[in-house]
Amino acid sequence: MAKTAYERVRLARANGRPTAADYISHVFQDFFEMHGDRRFGDDMAVMGGIARLEGKPVTVIAIEKGRNARERVARNFGAPHPEGYRKALRLMRQAEKFGRPVVCLVDTSGAYCGIGAEERGQGQAIAENLVEMMGLTVPMLTILIGEGGSGGALALAVADQVWMLENAVYSVISPEGCASILWKDAAKAAEAAESLKLTSECALELGVVERIIPEMDLGKDAFYLWLRQEISQTLCGLCEIPREELPERRYARFRAIGRTEETEESL
Amino acid sequence: MPFIQFLRKAQNELEKGGRQMASAAGIENEATQQCPNCHRSMPISEIWDNFNVCACGHHFRMNARQRIRFLCDPDTFEEFDRELTCPDRLNFPGYADRLASARNACGEREAVVCGRCAIQGASCCLFVMEPGFMMGSMGQAVGEKITRLFEYATMHGMSVVGFTVSGGARMQEGILSLMQMAKTSGAVRKHADAGLFYLTVLTDPTTGGVTASFAMEGDVILAEPGAMVGFAGTRVIEQSAHKKLPQGFQRAEFLLEHGFVDSIVARKNQRRVLSYLLEMHKKEESGDGKNGL
Repeated sequence: MAKTAYERVRLARANGRPTAADYISHVFQDFFEMHGDRRFGDDMAVMGGIARLEGKPVTVIAIEKGRNARERVARNFGAPHPEGYRKALRLMRQAEKFGRPVVCLVDTSGAYCGIGAEERGQGQAIAENLVEMMGLTVPMLTILIGEGGSGGALALAVADQVWMLENAVYSVISPEGCASILWKDAAKAAEAAESLKLTSECALELGVVERIIPEMDLGKDAFYLWLRQEISQTLCGLCEIPREELPERRYARFRAIGRTEETEESL
Repeated sequence: MPFIQFLRKAQNELEKGGRQMASAAGIENEATQQCPNCHRSMPISEIWDNFNVCACGHHFRMNARQRIRFLCDPDTFEEFDRELTCPDRLNFPGYADRLASARNACGEREAVVCGRCAIQGASCCLFVMEPGFMMGSMGQAVGEKITRLFEYATMHGMSVVGFTVSGGARMQEGILSLMQMAKTSGAVRKHADAGLFYLTVLTDPTTGGVTASFAMEGDVILAEPGAMVGFAGTRVIEQSAHKKLPQGFQRAEFLLEHGFVDSIVARKNQRRVLSYLLEMHKKEESGDGKNGL
């Protein structure tokens, strides 16, 4: 149990770890993939489409890292371009139109940092997702299954509930990046990981996620079956809430984070 | 297209004013600053008199108070939440010292100044980020102040003008700083849903989590000439692209060319342009306001 934060980072990135595609094929049924952002292209780092969850239609959007070397290259190692976020937004709006809940699976080291990504507005794409997700009138659930890297992860995580796998990490910057900026030494990543409080337990304690998914059966049929029931139950619960109330509750959820311990000195 | 003009770089030593001239111009008894574009040295007071803009058009960075003084009508700026701070909840190594030295160095409690003001008679809510405070990075206090400003503006039916300058989310506040991106975006959304006007002015540099949230969420997005605006930092992109980036990459003019800003507005025109845009988007105070024509 007593793993260090950096050991958690390594586990979250580990090669054998189930990727989003595994979840899609085991948790959901009859997944039908939909490609493209209708603007520029199709980003393979983001997979999206519709599926059944215990018989009910849902929209599934996932960041996929790829399971072997070839897939990983094709999927850009799970680092989306702006088209990925725009595809996600397109599918969310589609879900809203047809009243389908949205499930997002997040596993990314972060949004891609490259020339094309900047030219096509990486920052704008993420910003638009944040604003639009705040106003979506269908239930949204996000599960961080591996790495939750900064704005690139948040762009699929403005949800009614956010869950985290036990060994997933959620951070504003990679521990390596943090160490090289602060201490000019990427080798101090382990120290940085500790300081960033990026583990699932810390995220739960800080009120950033609602629950931690234990990993003892990770990748086994029983795990997926259990997860399917949990997701289904939660979405059913969220579906009880009148649709027009969802954005207000979602805003309140994020509004509360990091607010309670503020101190106002002398007024 | 050809009508886009990049800030012209000085080509040779002569255009740069020559090395000798640079030193000769250095007036003995006054601090001088050299323009990174035309390399001319000039007394700080001269730069200040010209809204921190060099004769060649280079826009120097500007601190928040200075900007507010030049932007707002005299004595109209009323500050909100000046003392709002947030505790070092993660006990991040060295963070408390960084905060203390930032506060000492620039005199602000946090990296954004918020309030309401009038610009050439047009009233609005205003936030101006402070480059001198940990490079304008966004932590919980910055997120909270901006969120409260939007909530105030929504409640009072006011427009919001925001000047961004930021290195991004403040890593010393970990995941809580990332959450500010979602929180501020939610506040922007509510303001937008109320039919109210939000204008951002991107100034040098605006990057990371600020670009990926409220900086890019304005109804109208303006930028200062030559401002560096992007999601990722230049060095990171160079590493992933394995090459030097083209001149002008991630500058305001580059964003205009790629369709991400509405217009580039030089500092000397900002008061006029801002008041015009505010007037054009003014909410009718009473009545339906629909058949104004």
